[in-house]
Amino acid sequence: MEITVNDNAYTIDVEPEMPLLWVLRDELGITGPKYGCGIAQCGACTVHVNGYAMRSCQLAVGDLGNREVRTIEGLGTPDSMHIVQEAWIEHQVAQCGYCQSGQIMQAASLLSTNPNPSDEQIDAAMSGNLCRCGTYPRIRTAVKAAAKKLQGS
Amino acid sequence: MGRLRTITRRTFLIGSAAVAGGVVFGTYLAKRPIKNPLLADLQEGEAAITPYVKIDATGVTLITPRADKGQGAYTMQARLIAEELDIDPANANLTPGMPGPAYYNGAVMEEGVPFPAYDQSAMAENVRKFMHVPAKLFAMQMTGGSSTVPDGFVKMRMAGAIARETLKETAAQQNGVARDQLNTEDGYVVLPNGTRIPYTELASAAATIEPITDVQLRPKSDWRFLGKPTQRLDMPAKCTGTEKYGIDLTIEGMVHAAVRANPGIGAELKSFDAAAAESMRGVQKVLPIKNGVAVIADNTWRAWRAANAIDITWAAGPYPASTDEIFKQIEQVVDSEEHRDHRQRDEGDVKAALDDGDIFEAVYKVPYLAHAPMEPMNAIVLVTDEQCEIWTGTQIPLFVRDHAAELTGLDKDKVFVYVQPMGGSFGHKLEDTHVIQAVEIAMAIKGTAVKLVWSREEDMTHDYLRPGAIAKGRGKVVDGKVDTLDLSVGQSALMADWFGRLMGITIPGPDATITTGSWDQPFAIPNYRVTGYRAPTMVPISSWRSVGASGNGFFHDSLLDELIHKAGADPLAERIRLCLDDTSRKVLEKVGEISDWDGPSLGENRGRGVSFCLSFGVPCAIVTEVTHTEGRIKIDKVFVVVDVGEVLDPVNLEAQVFGGVIFGMAHAMNCETTFENHGAQQNNYHAFRGMRLYQVPEFEVVALSNAKKIRGIGEPGVPPSAPSLGNAIFAATGQRIRELPFNKQIDFV
Repeated sequence: MEITVNDNAYTIDVEPEMPLLWVLRDELGITGPKYGCGIAQCGACTVHVNGYAMRSCQLAVGDLGNREVRTIEGLGTPDSMHIVQEAWIEHQVAQCGYCQSGQIMQAASLLSTNPNPSDEQIDAAMSGNLCRCGTYPRIRTAVKAAAKKLQGS
Repeated sequence: MGRLRTITRRTFLIGSAAVAGGVVFGTYLAKRPIKNPLLADLQEGEAAITPYVKIDATGVTLITPRADKGQGAYTMQARLIAEELDIDPANANLTPGMPGPAYYNGAVMEEGVPFPAYDQSAMAENVRKFMHVPAKLFAMQMTGGSSTVPDGFVKMRMAGAIARETLKETAAQQNGVARDQLNTEDGYVVLPNGTRIPYTELASAAATIEPITDVQLRPKSDWRFLGKPTQRLDMPAKCTGTEKYGIDLTIEGMVHAAVRANPGIGAELKSFDAAAAESMRGVQKVLPIKNGVAVIADNTWRAWRAANAIDITWAAGPYPASTDEIFKQIEQVVDSEEHRDHRQRDEGDVKAALDDGDIFEAVYKVPYLAHAPMEPMNAIVLVTDEQCEIWTGTQIPLFVRDHAAELTGLDKDKVFVYVQPMGGSFGHKLEDTHVIQAVEIAMAIKGTAVKLVWSREEDMTHDYLRPGAIAKGRGKVVDGKVDTLDLSVGQSALMADWFGRLMGITIPGPDATITTGSWDQPFAIPNYRVTGYRAPTMVPISSWRSVGASGNGFFHDSLLDELIHKAGADPLAERIRLCLDDTSRKVLEKVGEISDWDGPSLGENRGRGVSFCLSFGVPCAIVTEVTHTEGRIKIDKVFVVVDVGEVLDPVNLEAQVFGGVIFGMAHAMNCETTFENHGAQQNNYHAFRGMRLYQVPEFEVVALSNAKKIRGIGEPGVPPSAPSLGNAIFAATGQRIRELPFNKQIDFV
């Protein structure tokens, strides 16, 4: 089976029902997407599939087809960050940080389809992403700040 | 008290030692050298140093022995050293170092003293100092109790200052100038002629001179990093997916493991049939372990899938089978003299006061709760005939080491624990059952590293929980004032349970956590009594963010609020009137000011509640505003005021405070762990929802600095959060909810 992750093509030999999350983490060593619940209840595993946020713990790799996967590692790097990541740093969002890959991928997906979301739209898009440390107030601020930057750019 | 003073001074004795190509500075335990694994290559006698700073030709390394669970401990510890060392911590290497007994945590034990935090009398202070002795003897290298800052505030800055002055002295001797003619600047010693000598060039020579220990800590006015709004050092990694948590590590040749342990925690495995599992793809081995079965496979998901395919028969759990039966036992101990554990507060004459008049009575209840950090328990272990290596996120590295040594039969100094950053903990990683399971599995495949990851379901059904508790409150009001408050709290003893697991001994005597957060509140009420009653140990329990105060904060403040309403007094004004501690009173006054408490009423279907709890030495007052809309509660805005004595990192402090309040309110809204057939019923986040972004209120956080002592802020936001919400719900609806979670009786938006 062939899959494309962060613009790189990989050949993998796994069961088609293996969740994309575990292909990424255990087969390809891409550990930005995190395991939190395994049942699409926390959002820590969120990646982009053809640009849209999806829970990689629920997507069987066999169902991926030729759609392209982007993980947080492919969104931006410490030297060249995505506008959402910059906003996350500016507003010092992360505490333990474990959910933040998913939060950032969810926010980036929201802003790519809706660069100027209302408070309600932010709530609706982001409420599937659990944060146990309670970083939410800064997540809200950072999403708005990133949106504002996008408007300006 | 001369001996106590000596011990204290010894605590802060800091020196230097040579290491290959450089020098280390750290705590020097003159009297009883404690072996330090980082310095294993040193000569006998030199190994008495526990390093905080290491400098060699390759750079400056800051060693941060308190674990980072997300609270920012690595950044804070690095800044404490760097402030005095005079180096930008962003330009230094950071490492938690290897665990060592000399990294003992004295401050964490101070919480156990029988004096309330606001009592800073000489006697109370001396007993607190004395608590550093058992901390040292038990080698309590532990992260917890909001203690990283109070424990390290002087000691880590001292290490930095001694390093700086010794480097200056080295440069002074090399260049024939007096040390007081030299300056330092960001990793360089600067000579009077402007020449800049990097610390790295001075390191080897610095190891050969007597360290300069007669140093002054810099005044606050000179601080460059502390007290300033700065950025956490781990933020870029955490925002780019490049932070490596324990679960993300890979060791060469590693295999993956899953376990299923008895859902009746601690009970045995009776039998199992693994035929189906053994034939599944990637499965290498199925083996029985203590209380369960393990699968070794080539991938986490394959290991889990195979584990779920095993047919297992379990022995019954060693405690009552259901939540109802468990709480029945707790209910029975409350107010039973036979089960009385301690009464640390007994003022006035409660018995006489409650003999006549209009007596208020109410019963409160809080549930058992899982920790459920986002990163489930995991560990990588490699066992050989010679040694055992462990990579895991933990708050108790030395206990992990000792338990692994016991199981493998290896000497303790052949067990190496490499502490990893944690994706949350909230007290979960004060336990090590998962690590010991991984050691047991690794012993079956010596020479191959194994990574054990608990599935979310395994994690949430094998947690050592926050204890459930029941409290009976009684009281009386006289002339519009609170006259009598009597609180009886019943729960199992969590410290005894936890120490039993960690040390294999039970600590005799009372367990203060039964009433921590209620007996020790800074109020003067004419008749005031708080009594702890000890329920038997049932389901295993442990520390959960804010420990005893997590339930007691709700009990005490809810009861006080009810009495104040009964008196017809203003909830904030009456708390202020009753408050006997200046620092706490100012916190209450401030929260009134920022929330405009005395301003116009919030309007129809809206209400505000105030609450207060002093925990971990930090007074914390909260005002919560809610709206009751279409039968549901919406939390609109939360105002929080704390006093930590000295704010070292205002940006992170704010995050810890609102994070703590969200943590407390989230569980109060909708979380509990219940039991049926001995097993925890909530096994994933669908049944343990917490708070989601759309439910999160606006926050305003203010930190005051009136307190005399510096304090940590990881926990104090939690205890007053549930009562603040409950008091606000009462104000908006007239409905007083005395049992958590609130959503059993009212819905939330």
